[in-house]
Amino acid sequence: MRYAETGYNLEVDLSRGSIERVETDPRETELHLGGLGANAKILWDRVPPETDPFAPENLLIFSAGILVGTPAPSANRTIVSTFSPQTKLMAYSMMGGFFAPELKYAGYDKIIIRGQSPKLVYLWVSNDKVEIRDASHLQGKGAGDAAELIKKELNEPKAQIASIGLAGENRVFYASIEQGRSSASRGGVGAVMGDKGLKAIAVRGTKDVNIARPAPFIGLCNDVLNYIKFRSTHPIPGVPAILSGLGSPQEMAIHDESWHTENFAWGNARHRRKGFWTKEVEEDWRDTQENARERLISCYNCPMKCGATIAVPDTPTYMMKCYSKLTYAMGAMSDLKFGFKIAQQATEYGVDAFSAPQTMAFAIELYEAGILTDADMPGFPTGNEDRFYWLLDKIVRREGIGDILADGTYWAAQRIGKGADAFAHNNIKKHEQLPLKLGMLNPLYFLMYSTGEKIGITQIEGQFPQAPFNTMEEREEFVKDWFQVPDEKFKKYFLDWEPRGENSNPYYPTVEMSCEIVDWMEKMHYIDDAAGICAGLSSFPLKPPYHMHNYPLLLSAATGFDIDEARLSQIARRNRTLIRAINVRRGLRRADEKPPEDHWKKRFPELEEKLLDAYYKFKGWNSEGIPTKESLHELAMDYVSEDLERRGILKNEG
Amino acid sequence: MKVKKKIKTIKVVADKCNGCRACEMICSAFHASPKYSSNNPERSRIRVIRDPLSDIYLPVYAGEYTPAECMGRDKYVLDGKEYGECAFCRASCPSRSLFKEPDSGLPLKCDMCEDDPSQETPLCVQWCVNEALVYEEREEEIDDGSEALGDMETGVASLVDKYGLEKILDTVARMSASRKD
Repeated sequence: MRYAETGYNLEVDLSRGSIERVETDPRETELHLGGLGANAKILWDRVPPETDPFAPENLLIFSAGILVGTPAPSANRTIVSTFSPQTKLMAYSMMGGFFAPELKYAGYDKIIIRGQSPKLVYLWVSNDKVEIRDASHLQGKGAGDAAELIKKELNEPKAQIASIGLAGENRVFYASIEQGRSSASRGGVGAVMGDKGLKAIAVRGTKDVNIARPAPFIGLCNDVLNYIKFRSTHPIPGVPAILSGLGSPQEMAIHDESWHTENFAWGNARHRRKGFWTKEVEEDWRDTQENARERLISCYNCPMKCGATIAVPDTPTYMMKCYSKLTYAMGAMSDLKFGFKIAQQATEYGVDAFSAPQTMAFAIELYEAGILTDADMPGFPTGNEDRFYWLLDKIVRREGIGDILADGTYWAAQRIGKGADAFAHNNIKKHEQLPLKLGMLNPLYFLMYSTGEKIGITQIEGQFPQAPFNTMEEREEFVKDWFQVPDEKFKKYFLDWEPRGENSNPYYPTVEMSCEIVDWMEKMHYIDDAAGICAGLSSFPLKPPYHMHNYPLLLSAATGFDIDEARLSQIARRNRTLIRAINVRRGLRRADEKPPEDHWKKRFPELEEKLLDAYYKFKGWNSEGIPTKESLHELAMDYVSEDLERRGILKNEG
Repeated sequence: MKVKKKIKTIKVVADKCNGCRACEMICSAFHASPKYSSNNPERSRIRVIRDPLSDIYLPVYAGEYTPAECMGRDKYVLDGKEYGECAFCRASCPSRSLFKEPDSGLPLKCDMCEDDPSQETPLCVQWCVNEALVYEEREEEIDDGSEALGDMETGVASLVDKYGLEKILDTVARMSASRKD
């Protein structure tokens, strides 16, 4: 018997209309666990690097992490992996919700989609019964509407559905895959789904998920649950309220947005608005939020309440995650009422709530600068908010200027020319980012933004505080019960970190410390993404219930493998290195590894080069960021170095 | 004769439910054999009736098995929310798929986690961090001598209802004969 995982993948070829249930090799699980790591292995093996993201040979993988469906709290993540039409690199986007556990209960760890259907279809997975069904009647329907219609026609109210809206159907480069209260939004995974002619996947499962060593496993899960309860009554002092608890930033619960609205950038990631959060604004936004919010809601088997059901007048009820609350409002220099209203449409169309408002604000800047004109945008309204609705409609239909903007700011700027590229200023590797503009370079964040394969500046931080604490007393208080550190030295790094003077940014944490801290934070993400645990209870917040000390125990008890800390670190490193190799094979090099150009006012080119050099070395990569033959050998991935050598990417020095 | 009996109850504060279904998960894990060796919400004796867009979140416990289908299918409108047929009903019955073992179709019933070892409070309550499920005890006077059917008897009774006594007896006879071989 297989434990924690089901041991089966569902292979669907939409060109041929074939469906296969394929047993997987448990040795692969021992090497990569599940989720992201397993997806990466499949993409490496089966998608040659020349493959266009919109080619039938590209795969679209929906994967449940290895702990998904077990009693481990928040083990509910679906990891969607493919190649991004926007970055041309590997995209891995993730969603919470209820889809992945249902997939496990149906008896599958993954659904692997290849090919292209000649007409729009949806996939219906009900335990062993799997059908490709006509979806022509769902064409043009909103992602949520389509899901409701599918549940009705299948007469399965308990089915969990991942679907795309118009944006995905029309291959908008930042189209999302929506799933009720969650979505896989980053990297254009919805566009790939649309390209494959797949409107939705509906899943219903009534089988068991098995645990290898039940008694220790449930004990560990209870510890996790109890620590969550403890943390809910013990917020971390000395950090902004939004960082003091567990879960995603509690955007739905908290109405106080002084921190985001005054520190993050408005418009096309341009304007800081100090003093914006007046008493008047606060009252207006609080009333708006409290009137709109019906209920705080969670994902499967998670006590947190990071999402909400939102109902605003004259708009259908929908479910919101967290930060989309602000991205449209701030992109349009508008208010929360507008934000809630347009987010409903955007969710139904299925677009990423970072890239979409950013691209629209970019278009408005280009128009104001005279680079785009009325000739390019016939009928462009004069009202600010009307312009956003107008642009959103054009983009998801790829009509007129919308066809260009649908590729995101980088590619749109290339096509528009006339200096437009200066306005596409908030990207990493061609992908739009959270609009955050700061003063002093932070060495930890520099490394995370530059080298992270997730290609996002959100949800990559975590274990280590974002900023030093002012007094030694506060720091000592913080480290007292900081048992999550994998090594005591991290406490010292934090204790010695000062807001000003010698031991402050950008030269402290030192280059070496920065490598170690970033590696620790990244490692936790790779473990989460293989396990299917939500970052909100693990790699994202300070002092989380999952950490380097209980993870090996949980994974061992669930799977029956013997995984200690060293072996788990090795698995995380293997998965991380494999994704790097996949992207290197598609052309990623050191020159691409930079934060958005104006992310910090004060930059330190020499230090930045040193940081990259040292971090690459720390990771076992050469000076171009390519994994070395030796490090690949240590990770039992000689097949990768052989391939890289054959392609001349790694020089054969042996 | 009247005797005092401790009644265990769970107060369902539906307003506090965040819809996570941890109750379903842990119930099915606790009742797995060996304990916690597997889980499957379909085997759970508590289900959350959910319709997120209508803001309906209603945890319901499995109660008695009944062979009868109800005559009506009532609907309740509370605070503007329409609760579908049978939403508040705890029965395992022929009208719906709720509270039946997915493999055998046998009825499921909440036992307040009293099986061995008996838990202080039911597991679903322990795992409901948001306190939508609250354990309560009270004393009631009841008639003595009322004997509840055991799990197995309820199961066999439901099979008899479904297939008829004769067919069940035939099947049992055939099974015991084949095991002797």
